[in-house]
Amino acid sequence: MASRPRTLYEKIWDAHVVERRDDGTCLIYIDRHLVHEVTSPQAFEALRLAGRKVRRPDLTLAVPDHNLPTTARRDAAGRRMPIADAQSAQQLEALERNAPEFGIRLIGDADAEQGIVHVVGPEQGFSLPGATIVCGDSHTASHGGLGALAFGIGTSEVEHVLATQTLLLAQSKTMEVRVEGRLGPGVSAKDVVLHIGGVLSASGGTGFVVEYTGSAIRALSIEGRLTVSNMAIEHGARAGLIAPDDKTFAYVKGRPYAPAGSDWDRAVAWWRSLATDPGAAYDKIVLIDAADIVPSVTWGTSPEDVVPITGTVPAPEDFADPSKQDAARKSLEYMGLTAGQKLTDIEIQNVFIGSCTNSRIEDLRAAAAVLKGKVKASNVTWAIVVPGSGLVKHQAEAEGLDRIFTAAGFEWREPGCSACLGMNPDKVPPGERCASTSNRNFVGRQGPGSRTHLVSPATAAASAIAGKLADIRALD
Amino acid sequence: MEPLREVSGRAIPFGRKNVDTDVIIPAKWLKTITRDGLGRGAFESLREDPANLFDSPEYTGSPILIAGDNFGCGSSREHAAWALLDLGIKAVIAPSFSDIFSSNAFKNGILTVVLPQDAIDRLMTVARTDPIAIDLEQQSVTTPFQDRFRFEIDAFRKHCLLDGLDEVGLTLSRDSAITTYEKHAAAAMPWLAQTA
Ligand code: SF4
Repeated sequence: MASRPRTLYEKIWDAHVVERRDDGTCLIYIDRHLVHEVTSPQAFEALRLAGRKVRRPDLTLAVPDHNLPTTARRDAAGRRMPIADAQSAQQLEALERNAPEFGIRLIGDADAEQGIVHVVGPEQGFSLPGATIVCGDSHTASHGGLGALAFGIGTSEVEHVLATQTLLLAQSKTMEVRVEGRLGPGVSAKDVVLHIGGVLSASGGTGFVVEYTGSAIRALSIEGRLTVSNMAIEHGARAGLIAPDDKTFAYVKGRPYAPAGSDWDRAVAWWRSLATDPGAAYDKIVLIDAADIVPSVTWGTSPEDVVPITGTVPAPEDFADPSKQDAARKSLEYMGLTAGQKLTDIEIQNVFIGSCTNSRIEDLRAAAAVLKGKVKASNVTWAIVVPGSGLVKHQAEAEGLDRIFTAAGFEWREPGCSACLGMNPDKVPPGERCASTSNRNFVGRQGPGSRTHLVSPATAAASAIAGKLADIRALD
Repeated sequence: MEPLREVSGRAIPFGRKNVDTDVIIPAKWLKTITRDGLGRGAFESLREDPANLFDSPEYTGSPILIAGDNFGCGSSREHAAWALLDLGIKAVIAPSFSDIFSSNAFKNGILTVVLPQDAIDRLMTVARTDPIAIDLEQQSVTTPFQDRFRFEIDAFRKHCLLDGLDEVGLTLSRDSAITTYEKHAAAAMPWLAQTA
């Protein structure tokens, strides 16, 4: 191969080309396929109808997460408690049938390792640097935090990967988002990615794979990097990527599906070689000064509607683009907000700490550190913590975090997607406001009529205490 | 998939512009576990009108739908294609389609035919009384009245539809290339080729 300098994305891509077609599209090999209950039933059905098998069940892992209730699921005798929504139950049962039928490993609701698929993959060492990873879910971008090329796919593509372990793809353009400098106190990975989303807009990444670089990104923990990459899709990007480094290797080492022995050393050597070469060209570069990033919060119904917590709700006239003005008008009405209102004056009734963006142990530690010895405000009627996996839950309990949360008036739940999208019973009531650590503030996302403000775990905790959106830095 | 060479019969003269996938199949139908049966939810809100075309005896089971500009815009749900298939629709003719819809339609063996608005207007008129015919090989739409409209289609899609090759089937035919890759990867990156 010629020694043209290449980006991280190009190196992973090149290593996975099965065949290059005349029109430039490539058949790309998929190393890891995560399957959940919502987007897989029709793919399995199609295989069954065509009499096809799963090519590499050993590279596939099934985990239910979207529909599972986060209240107790089994009774004292270990029997499953009935799930009220018949269609949720049906999707869960379909996965439990399909996985064994096609020889796929299933981490089920009674297993300690069960959780949100994007939390489970890295936690199990199933997701690895340099791997191609897909899942029928847009937030598959998360795994890019490990330096994996990971992206969401549709149901026909799920079927295609199950049957062939490949996808026919056109190469994306590359964008570097470089964040240089030191993050200020109280500024977390979530604030970084919310800020980036505000700079890029919800469509600024369309057609690109975004590589996050710079000293501020390097300084993030792996959990923080997963948080950043998780929201790449909220700028419209196909995938997010962060080059693997010593922190990544230390995170991966010893996990159940991680390489070991001599494979480990070879893997690390290869992972090190993946970093973007000096002189490699990105199609676009965006520079961000870490000093400009403060705790951030969304005011509207798109993840790009980001303002600093110290700011005010914008007016439609603040936007140059007439279609954005119109969208802002609709958002303000839906959100029940008035232009010029101070963010820290906005009262909330609900707090959700969870989702594949912010439900790992560090996130829970950050929220618990704020809540320790405090109690939520009385106007906050519903506050829940939903750990990203059973292992996170277990770890948090070992550290006593669950007791801090419950003493503060939070409910401590079983792992799953929960109020991130309300496919299960966890929903924000119509017209009520929620400070949420999730990734989407779309109309009705957390339940019909729900009003979502996306925030970091520390901001969510501070807001629970204040009963209003709060600046974590102003807390005593 | 069934090879698709010709689609002929009555065509539903729907003609509406900017029909989004929410109209084609509302969100509440997304919790199903099969591709079948979605025909019941297809165009649900429009079918509340007892005079709707989809349920009129004249058009029930019609294999062709004629629509307006930008058909299938909005959410990327593949359920829209499944719902049309379940209604019995094998081809949609419109002045333009959303990219994602037309890709989803193709993946499910539905032919999307792009024709200029004046041709659509003429076909809408014919469809009210007579059948029309689409010949994929010839890339033409004809009526019993000597009308003949030529349409363009991507060569790869045409080939797949004509031979009944679904993308999965097509890639499966590249099995030896995939196996070769797997052998090479197992040697070069053994930790990716397996999960411990
Ligand atoms: S937590 Fe939310 S964003 Fe993440 S996979 Fe579940 S529903 Fe999707």
